Amino acid sequence: MTRIVIDPVTRIEGHLRIEASIEGHAVSDAWSSGTMFRGIELILRDRDPREAWIWAQRICGVCTTVHALASVRAVEDALGIEVPDNARLIRNIIAAAQNIQDHVVHFYHLHALDWVDVTVALKADPAKTAQVAQSISDWPKSSTSYFRTVQNRVKTLIASKQLSLFSSGYWGHPAYILPPEVNLLAVAHYLEALEFQREFIRIHAVLGGKNPHLQTYLVGGMATSIDPNEPAATVNPERITLLTELAKLAATFVEQVYLPDVFAIASYYPEYFKLGEGLGNFMAYGCYPSGSIKDTANFLIPRGIVMGRDLSTVHPLDPANIHEYIAHSWYEYSDGNQAGRHPSVGETKPKYSGPQPPFEYLDVEQKYSWLKAPRYQDKAMEVGPLARTLVAYASGRQDVRKKVDAALVKLNAPPAALFSTLGRIAARALEAELMAENLPLWIAQLDDHMSHGDVLIHNGEKWNPDTWPAHAVRGWGSHEAPRGALGHWVEIEDQKIKNYQAVVPSTWNAGPRDASGQRGAYEAALIGTPVADPERPVEILRTVHSFDPCMACAVHVVDAQGREYSHEVLSQAL
Amino acid sequence: MIRVTYSTCTRYPNFTIISERSAMDDSGKSVVACLRKHGVSRRQFLEFAGLMTATLALPPHYQAQILHALEQKKKPILVWLEFQDCAGNTEAMLRSSHPTVADVVLDVLSWEYHETIMAGAGHQAEAALARVIREEKGKYMCIVEGAIPTADGGVYCTIGGRTALDIAREVCGSALATISVGACAWDGGLVKSYPNPTGAVGTQEAVPGVKVVNLPGCPHHPANTAAVLVHYLTFGEMPALDSYNRPLFAYGKIIHDQCERRAHYDAGRFTEEWGDEGHRKGYCLYKMGCKGPEANYNCPTVRYNDATSWPVKAGHGCIACASPRFWDTMSPFYKRLPNVAGFGVDVPVGKIGVAVIGAVAAATAVHLAAVTVKGHAHHDPSEEDKTLVPPSHSIKRED
Repeated sequence: MTRIVIDPVTRIEGHLRIEASIEGHAVSDAWSSGTMFRGIELILRDRDPREAWIWAQRICGVCTTVHALASVRAVEDALGIEVPDNARLIRNIIAAAQNIQDHVVHFYHLHALDWVDVTVALKADPAKTAQVAQSISDWPKSSTSYFRTVQNRVKTLIASKQLSLFSSGYWGHPAYILPPEVNLLAVAHYLEALEFQREFIRIHAVLGGKNPHLQTYLVGGMATSIDPNEPAATVNPERITLLTELAKLAATFVEQVYLPDVFAIASYYPEYFKLGEGLGNFMAYGCYPSGSIKDTANFLIPRGIVMGRDLSTVHPLDPANIHEYIAHSWYEYSDGNQAGRHPSVGETKPKYSGPQPPFEYLDVEQKYSWLKAPRYQDKAMEVGPLARTLVAYASGRQDVRKKVDAALVKLNAPPAALFSTLGRIAARALEAELMAENLPLWIAQLDDHMSHGDVLIHNGEKWNPDTWPAHAVRGWGSHEAPRGALGHWVEIEDQKIKNYQAVVPSTWNAGPRDASGQRGAYEAALIGTPVADPERPVEILRTVHSFDPCMACAVHVVDAQGREYSHEVLSQAL
Repeated sequence: MIRVTYSTCTRYPNFTIISERSAMDDSGKSVVACLRKHGVSRRQFLEFAGLMTATLALPPHYQAQILHALEQKKKPILVWLEFQDCAGNTEAMLRSSHPTVADVVLDVLSWEYHETIMAGAGHQAEAALARVIREEKGKYMCIVEGAIPTADGGVYCTIGGRTALDIAREVCGSALATISVGACAWDGGLVKSYPNPTGAVGTQEAVPGVKVVNLPGCPHHPANTAAVLVHYLTFGEMPALDSYNRPLFAYGKIIHDQCERRAHYDAGRFTEEWGDEGHRKGYCLYKMGCKGPEANYNCPTVRYNDATSWPVKAGHGCIACASPRFWDTMSPFYKRLPNVAGFGVDVPVGKIGVAVIGAVAAATAVHLAAVTVKGHAHHDPSEEDKTLVPPSHSIKRED
């Protein structure tokens, strides 16, 4: 048995360490460890709840804005505030744009190099590459001379012997099997996706002032003024035109570049429709309200749970069933290591018991991660685009069903293929398409409201903290972030934050084992992964990256003095 | 056979390779020459150099010098470290439009280590960093993102089993220049906010022996960062800095003085409630808590995401994200700033207007002077730590 360590796991957000044991060229067991903490929830205590979103947004700069959204929703829930419909639409537009942008960046810039060998692109025939490109898409940048230009750029880079970001890749690894032309196509689109994402995300600059870290949320609505007759208003007819153009750009890119590339690359790696299946339990909070946030039945992405890969039943979701375990996390609970605690009554008493740095291996029989292990009804859950797609599919949502069924036909794969590494990748791309279809509809609704004189953007009834209840109030806000189910819990007392807690997607997916020894989603998905060369475990990266890890969100409350917070703390985020 | 001759840039000793050699292949040519051969026009490079010249507020004739620096045959090496970060500065870099990230990362520099976007992982990633430290000692540039935890032996951030502090000391200590991007790498940022649970500090405090240039903001503006890199590559020295080691070209002006809503402030026209007529007409956000009058940054002029907008244009107040310890010192963010002379927040809007313009102008001048004095004062770290106070104590503004 060989023990391998991947630390840092790169092309992710944040600091993730994977340890795995290899037997007979396959992973026999795996351990996922988060190795960084900041303590944002503790920092939030005693601050103005109206600005919690500004702080909480900094949990993550990659899935920027999703924490801001969950945060304002939590405070609005606690204070009983409904936002105007224009604010709902703008939030949906921002969130959908974030989703599309994040998925594209994930596929091309964080994940593609696990499948694409940049150096092999040099062997491609640009004319043949143009043929391949034109056979799978109408995307206009597909001429021989275009691909020759890209190939020359790569040639320049490699000949310079300064490969920059590409210098440390696993080039030449036998697991890379794409023909040279597909490699060249993917490299071209890697560069084009860089251009796309920076252009498209101007949608966030229009509505949020900047990206990352948008700055126009408000508890009670948005700070984006709307006026059909004012050039200085954030949203006016001229800006609607720009938003519409940018939405069109996204739809075109997803349709003509992202989806065809996913299908093309996936078709060369059919074994990854059988690998990386993982837990088989899927959870989605649901999101994109069509009216009040309380009207969960009318979310575009439905709420629910699929258990044991059984798509015939969607179980209802009650956040009261969420508990967090610390048996393998560097914390203590007052009622012992085996207990699970609901986020609203959590405790965080850090107790680092890992090896003193610098170290080679973690003691995985003991505690080995800063992440806690969240469970739903004591079951480990996978969250993310695949979970959302499966819950929507099982719920009978026709928009999702049509896409998934068509994709399976195209890939010549059975429905069971969805429970896999490539299933996650395909679900993410299909979700981007769904978002790109809905984006222009929300922009049109906003335009319609504006042109009919509805310029309401903020519900200011409870803006003044003197209008808030004197007693403590609690709220919960959720969102389906690109990486999955995101929840923020807040308790407000005396006009200040008493407790704050975020349980985020990568906690669910990247968390360690719990008290009963159940593996987290990454750990489960890695079992059985082939590893041709333990020195260069690209196969492990393929499955870990298929979850799109986001570790900065792993910001637990950590007190340097080891003080115990027995009140309902802010245990964790991730 | 092509003969390519390189000459040295006198103010730039470290990156210059003085040699005359034959260039059989692309490895011996300058960035510009190679790109020109392979389809990237010199015009595009001229545009890039021109933009950098403008961002740095240099006279136009410096453009030639910048181009010259970019024509060196070996690309300068850069490593980007991430510690207690959110990767927001990395993402901002990906959104960079002028220059684009592909220009910077692939063509102008050799970006050898950057966890979020580099190809290699694990041992290969560690080896890439180790190689740079070993073979390019004293010749590479280092960018740091995120704070560095110091409590409990640094166990709150480890990479490859090593603490962030250990890595920062080695990598920054062997670098030619170290640049902190974002608030966290500058002064600990949000991570150091009260009660600073992990003993987080900024790069300068973690690596005291190294002079760190700071590009704060939450996140940094990639055009400023690119401009600093280009300036250094061109002239062999950093641009003029203030006492926080922030470049003056980006942090020398008050936001309020560059703000498109400034005329409304001077005329006494304010947003009173979110979404009211004043808000829709673009009136001043001072009463909604905007910190623009106390914030230094060039974001109203460079703007974000291809110069599309910035927070105040989009309708929300500034949070002074490039100011020292801003999370603790500038929050609560919706409390308006303290009164300035001749400008009472309780004065009805109608009475603030042309009548007080003189007073406002005078107050602004006083403010500018204060900033200048503060900017040149000796900076005592123990003084700075007094900003680390509980939020309840830091609520000192009038509403």
